[in-house]
Amino acid sequence: MSAPATSGAKRSRPRRTLSNVGLAVAVCLLLLPVAWAIGTALKPEAEAFDNNLSSFAHATEFSNFVTAWNYGPFGRFLLNGLIVGAAGTALTVTTSLLAGYGFARLHFRGRDKLFFLYIATLVVPQQVLVVPMFFMMRDLGWINSYQALIVPWAFSAFGVFLMRQFFRSIPLELEDAAKVDGASHFWIFWRVMLPLVVPAVGVLGLFTFIAYWNSFLWPLIVINSRDLATVPLGLQFFLSQQGYQWNLLMAGGTISLVPGLLLAIVLQRYLSRGLSLSGLGGR
Amino acid sequence: MSATVVPTANSTITPVRAHRRKRGDARTAFFFLLPNGVGFAVFTLTPLIASLVLSFFAWPLIGRTSFIGLQNYVTLFTKDTTFRSAIVNTLYFVAVYVPLNVIVAMTVAVWLQGYSRSRRILRVIFFVPVLTPLVADAVVWSLLFTNRNGLIDSIIHTIFRVQGPEWLSAPQWAMPSIIIVAVWQGFGYNMLLFTAGLHAIPETFYDASKIDGASRWRTFWNITIPLVSPSLFFGILLTVITSFQVFDLAYILTDGGPGTSSTTIVYWLFEKGFNDYAMGYASAIAWVLFLIVIVVTGIQMRLQRHWVFYES
Repeated sequence: MSAPATSGAKRSRPRRTLSNVGLAVAVCLLLLPVAWAIGTALKPEAEAFDNNLSSFAHATEFSNFVTAWNYGPFGRFLLNGLIVGAAGTALTVTTSLLAGYGFARLHFRGRDKLFFLYIATLVVPQQVLVVPMFFMMRDLGWINSYQALIVPWAFSAFGVFLMRQFFRSIPLELEDAAKVDGASHFWIFWRVMLPLVVPAVGVLGLFTFIAYWNSFLWPLIVINSRDLATVPLGLQFFLSQQGYQWNLLMAGGTISLVPGLLLAIVLQRYLSRGLSLSGLGGR
Repeated sequence: MSATVVPTANSTITPVRAHRRKRGDARTAFFFLLPNGVGFAVFTLTPLIASLVLSFFAWPLIGRTSFIGLQNYVTLFTKDTTFRSAIVNTLYFVAVYVPLNVIVAMTVAVWLQGYSRSRRILRVIFFVPVLTPLVADAVVWSLLFTNRNGLIDSIIHTIFRVQGPEWLSAPQWAMPSIIIVAVWQGFGYNMLLFTAGLHAIPETFYDASKIDGASRWRTFWNITIPLVSPSLFFGILLTVITSFQVFDLAYILTDGGPGTSSTTIVYWLFEKGFNDYAMGYASAIAWVLFLIVIVVTGIQMRLQRHWVFYES
């Protein structure tokens, strides 16, 4: 098993080739479902199940995408997703920043106990809260509204936890220097701290947005109007009304995948470095 | 804080300052914590307690509610056979999905380390599915899973000359189908997490192990794994918690079936709560889920000191 580490370009070249081939296969496997869906989305209905590769030669029915887009209406779903995701992210990031700073840098009685309470709720699955939350939405008259999609999940402990960890990693000297100059905590927070936690805001913002964007169970519970549906719920409506007209269904599915792809392209510089654990309790 | 113990030159002023600061901070802290604190109390703590209370009631959406003590829980564990399969199916999902996810994620993360130029773009490619809604993934994969005519069965037939499984419509293949899509969608997150962990390992460790003549395999187990174990632990912890909540795929891909073969805990919670409107009963399911998650997370926290290696 334990091959001696024979130095040698001789050994490593075939190994390298093998590795390249394996990697190429892995990438193909990853992309295949999406490629197949796009191909099928472009076929006329009768040929949706023709697996001969030649059948993709006349997969040129771009009108399928137009039909699906208008039937959805996917423009509406995407817009709703954007509104809900952006508002939810803004609210989450703002309140998490403030509370995170409070827990990291202010001293008050019971701080650690209160923080422990926050941390403890990290393990609460969202689904444990949905039944009472549904009643709450009903009593507030929020069923079928953007608020119902945005507000309930904007105060999670995760954001507070993440921000606190980041604030704690900033050297105290910076803060003390500002204090000597007589700066208030609000000034320090705004002018000294905020510029330093931009990377953390990026991480929290990205994951909050994705969580809102991909969320399905909660919209399924509080929204029953196509006008307010986000992408996953809209696609589910589309699925249940369109049935299994595969080419149109794949067009709808593909449309729903595109924003994630675009987001990845925009953020590739950050994503390619990996998700740093600093601040996530990795130290 | 230590200033009160060690008498130094400025120890006389420190307690005064600390005292003043403490009082001043409390008011400031109030404003910093208020926005999140109110939301946290209203939208996390209140529903958490409310759902526990609800679970002791027979609580239909419309009509009379009545306190029934532990009756919901008793019914769950003695009469509700679907709930029993839901627990089994969910445990099955967690037990197979989590290791697969972690192994694939770690393999890809380590693999890409060896590529200096192309690894950045490859990481992004492997991460893309994480950004897509599971509902959309389920729709796309449902085409591949179609039996006989679907792509997967066609490939199986072409290569092995045998009829492939009926995937979504076969009771024993419904869960595996869900697991396949879940791994495809989810491993990218852990891959990026592990990538950052691998990145933080100093080159000198590898140099030392090379000098010792250790094989790659041994280096991986004796150097890489211990040094990356904090990320590994964090990834496993989060993946386990989220995988107990499996719902979207079971709802879209198989609708919990065939029969109850892919009914998960959350699927059953949704059915009971928002189809049958048995809100108390659904809350009891929610709390059983919660307790399972707490116990499993607690066990993991306990076990971590045996295998997670923290520097310093």
